[in-house]
Amino acid sequence: MNVLVYLIPMAVGLGLIGLLGFMWSLKSGQYNDMDGAALRVLSDDDLPPERREASEVP
Amino acid sequence: MTDTALDLSLYAKPCGDNTLGMDLAVDGVHCGGCIARIEHAVKELPGVTEARLNFTNRRLHVAWADDQIKPAEILETLERIGYHGYPFVPQRAEEEEAAEARRLTRYLAVAGFAAMNIMLLSVSIWAGSDMTPSTRDFFHWASALIALPAAAYAGQPFFVSAFKALRARSLNMDVPITVGVTLALAMSLVETARHAPDAYFDSAMMLLFFLLLGRTLDHAMRRKTRAVAGNLAALKADTARRFMGDELVSVPVAALRPDDRVLVRPGERVPADGVVVSGASEIDDSLITGETMRRQVGSNAKVYAGSLNYSGALTLRVTAVGQDSLIDEIERLLEKAASAKSRTRRLADRAARVYAPMVHLTAALTGIGWWLAGASLHDAVVTAIAVLIITCPCALSLAIPAVQVVASGALFRNNVILNAGDAIERLAEADTIVFDKTGTLTLPEPRVVNAAEIDPALLQMAARLALSSRHPLAMALAREADSAALFDGAVEEPGQGVRATVDGVEARLGSADFCGLPPVAALRSDTSLIMFSHGERSAAFAVSQQLRPDAVAVTKALSRRYDLRILSGDRNEAVAPVALALGIARWQGELTPAEKIAEIEALKAEGRRVLMVGDGLNDAPSLAAAHVSLSPIAAADLTQAQADAVFLGERLAPVAEALKVARRARALMTQNLTLAGVYNGIAVPVAIAGLVTPLLAAVAMSCSSMVVTLNSLRARGGGRA
Repeated sequence: MNVLVYLIPMAVGLGLIGLLGFMWSLKSGQYNDMDGAALRVLSDDDLPPERREASEVP
Repeated sequence: MTDTALDLSLYAKPCGDNTLGMDLAVDGVHCGGCIARIEHAVKELPGVTEARLNFTNRRLHVAWADDQIKPAEILETLERIGYHGYPFVPQRAEEEEAAEARRLTRYLAVAGFAAMNIMLLSVSIWAGSDMTPSTRDFFHWASALIALPAAAYAGQPFFVSAFKALRARSLNMDVPITVGVTLALAMSLVETARHAPDAYFDSAMMLLFFLLLGRTLDHAMRRKTRAVAGNLAALKADTARRFMGDELVSVPVAALRPDDRVLVRPGERVPADGVVVSGASEIDDSLITGETMRRQVGSNAKVYAGSLNYSGALTLRVTAVGQDSLIDEIERLLEKAASAKSRTRRLADRAARVYAPMVHLTAALTGIGWWLAGASLHDAVVTAIAVLIITCPCALSLAIPAVQVVASGALFRNNVILNAGDAIERLAEADTIVFDKTGTLTLPEPRVVNAAEIDPALLQMAARLALSSRHPLAMALAREADSAALFDGAVEEPGQGVRATVDGVEARLGSADFCGLPPVAALRSDTSLIMFSHGERSAAFAVSQQLRPDAVAVTKALSRRYDLRILSGDRNEAVAPVALALGIARWQGELTPAEKIAEIEALKAEGRRVLMVGDGLNDAPSLAAAHVSLSPIAAADLTQAQADAVFLGERLAPVAEALKVARRARALMTQNLTLAGVYNGIAVPVAIAGLVTPLLAAVAMSCSSMVVTLNSLRARGGGRA
């Protein structure tokens, strides 16, 4: 069972990376506007005008 | 908008090099299209470097290069594309709460991470009956390594609060939590060092995780309602016309200073307390005193912020708040009422006061009992600590906050915004409701009362003509208009009325004299007449305070369960018809703020729990004196700050809904406390008998928390408007 000695710290370490990622996202304000993000994805303002025409639903 | 330049430099804050930033509350944002439209329009202004709309709290952040544009241009841009926006300075309380919410989320994340990892290790131990003792020890040490730092970090809110309570020589729910978690961790560490088979790291971390979850949700709900309240306050903000030398500049009311001179035109509200320097007019003080009769003011007369100017333009000298006798009197009463208010002990604290000594005593007795019965000291202590772990008030501390979160959500959907955290409990206890009349039972703005008796075509013509006037009576009539189209060439004659040519014939709206009609006397003293003539045809519109549309139905429904009363500052002859229409037998008029408090104190002395519903500045002290209080959103600012909750809209129904939701919430809180009690009734004997294993502790504690939380969700149902 010696393999556990390094497998468990590795597993916990991977979890820790996830936790740090969450902390970073919290700090950088990713959760400040949860409702807005869902609507912004529908807007095609970031496309150049010629592609915007094409993506429009008739 | 305004015809004078608007100076908003008060709100613009420097952010970065030569860049100014400003936050605006924006009204009328409904969909994703709104986000794009607003951000585009604002970004097209010269010098704007950033425009970002937060859809969740309906706030727009704008940053622009200094001296490129004036902040007022941003407001005008919004107005042009059909949105109303107004800058605001975030309240300190709101900023502190945002920081607290971020902190709680961090604690929650750490506790969740630790609990999940330790649980994985624990499940392996529980499942692995063939695990060698050395592997088990390694798993325990790994758990300890995760649990100890995580608990030290994520447990801070409980440890700090428990320490504060103990230092003040009192007990709250955080004391047994802290004792339980600390002892569970300490015992597990000792047991691990002794190579024992059982450790409780998982229970301790799961407990912290559940408790933090409850607290975070509670906080999120409160932040949401506070943001909405902050936006409403910002959008309500008025501007004042201030003299700068001989020039008039519009400034936010917050920027006014004593001795500033301001101009108040007819139809506008007085922006700040002051003394009339020049001009004469009629003033409607109903928001201040509840009195609906208008008051004549001339030079040296005192006027109060929130009064409505009726007929003539006034120049005021602003006086400092508190300098004046009426405001002084109200502030003094307010202070007294707030300090005299018997601090109602919250349900959770009452429960903690009984619970904490009881579990600690039980644990101590268990230890002593086992030791006396011949168990080893180690076994006796371990059993005593197991009692503490299993009774750690997880379900009990979730019992009340969980209901509060769900109930304040239900209130929010019913247009009631809570100011005070424990308002729900106090609302549920109310048995007597005291209403103010003006602005509470009646609508804040006057209405045309005889619209049904007038030829619809004539009414529409008069209402459209009224759109061209800023006189408050005309504005009441203008509300009846179906179309918002002004008549071309309408002219307002100050102090007289408006006239325009309609279908080739002159139409006039105003005093009888102005319309060329014989003078008519109003039937009642609180009714004002506004005359209209169009060629041969004429009409007289009666304008007066009108009851909220559902006031009769709501008071009738409430009177089945509550004792209703009216305490008003208005004249008796104005209160009597309202009381009669609503079927409220016990009413009093012509009360001063001090007399209102005396009445409420008398009711309290009878052992009643009084709910006060009021809006005027004169109601602020009685709101503070009452057991619990509600205010409509149109209330004076000071009054709103005193109220435990604020309701929106024209209807009175939110008052009844708030009481209903609060009663159901209160019932659920008691139910939850009982459930937590039942859990303890079963778990404690098992723990005393020394039969608790770590697996049993983990399962029992999470199940009881889950049951209580799920039961709380029932506070949602039915409460929809």
